[in-house]
Amino acid sequence: MSRESALVTADWAEKNLNAPNVVFVEVDEDTTAYDGGHIPGAIKLDWKLDLQDPVRRDFVNKQQFEALLSARGIGNDDTVILYGGNNNWFAAYAYWYFKLYGHGDVRLLDGGRKKWELDARPLVKDVPQREPKSYTAQEQDLSIRAFRDDVVAAIGNNNLVDVRSPDEYAGRLLAPAHLPQEQAQRAGHIPTAVSVPWSKAANEDGTFRSDAELADIYSFVDDSKPTIAYCRIGERSSHTWFVLQEILGKQNVKNYDGSWTEYGSLVGVPVALGDEPGEA
Amino acid sequence: MTAPTAAATTADGCAAPDQAAPLPASVDLEKETVITGIVTAATGEPVAGAYVRLLDRSGEFTAEVVTSPAGQFRFFAAPGTWTLRALSRFGNGDAEVVADRGVNQLSVTVS
Repeated sequence: MSRESALVTADWAEKNLNAPNVVFVEVDEDTTAYDGGHIPGAIKLDWKLDLQDPVRRDFVNKQQFEALLSARGIGNDDTVILYGGNNNWFAAYAYWYFKLYGHGDVRLLDGGRKKWELDARPLVKDVPQREPKSYTAQEQDLSIRAFRDDVVAAIGNNNLVDVRSPDEYAGRLLAPAHLPQEQAQRAGHIPTAVSVPWSKAANEDGTFRSDAELADIYSFVDDSKPTIAYCRIGERSSHTWFVLQEILGKQNVKNYDGSWTEYGSLVGVPVALGDEPGEA
Repeated sequence: MTAPTAAATTADGCAAPDQAAPLPASVDLEKETVITGIVTAATGEPVAGAYVRLLDRSGEFTAEVVTSPAGQFRFFAAPGTWTLRALSRFGNGDAEVVADRGVNQLSVTVS
């Protein structure tokens, strides 16, 4: 994978709004952003309502994902261009999710909604009608998804990257600071995890930094070992997973979607406090 | 008797709640450190749709929200020194705040 195969620029996107077999998809948790104006022709996916099982804490299954994409008019051969707010956190999460179910050609719009808005590019309120298609998903590619046991086994052995803000890592905050801080789980981080906030990888306008800058930021990753990225609920770590595996082309990188809301609530697992990684 | 309905929070997700909504009833101002205010242009007009980021004392990104139609933003932080940085089509601007528990108000001017 590389920047060229995983990302498109805003200029490219604006020139290809009506290109055949290209589907623009806005992914946000807060769909009022889409309703207030979106890229012409784009459809929306709701991070929670569409992609999470309504009862269990897990993803929609293969059949549900097939039904969702079929109904929204996305085919297996379509090039899916994902974008969203929050510096593409949820779009990166959806990218990882599309990869999990084996979609062929999926890309992120570099800079997402923010760059598009700051550039004053066109936004519309018209909701496109797409003809339903018949979508076939693959079984989940678990080589890119980490579960809690993988994470516990990685402590002191493999690369663990905590991509939350430094204050969340240290235990001074329990959530990103646009959310209330009272949460059920304990504060802190997984021992031996290195703190590299996702934001290191992005410019102020939400675009990704250059390959050379990214390679430097993640030069601490031992490429001979597997890597797991985590955050609070798995969307910021999708952003970092995207950088490591899809832009920099690293192998054996997993996203831990349970992340701190799961790990920080587990009974008996080790937790480190403060700014240092801590001991295994 | 009807209990007041708290505005929905999205604490189990990560999307920024509506920046213009009243503080949810579940927010305990004895414990929370709220940093809130308005982004204004040099003319004093509020700037809607500005991207406001909260930077910690080392300048590291902590969170980002988009201002409401009235230019409002809101963060839930911790006591200490923070920098607010606003990006908008009308320009950018910074402001520093030393926050305590409770509500801390300030404005950020962009030009």
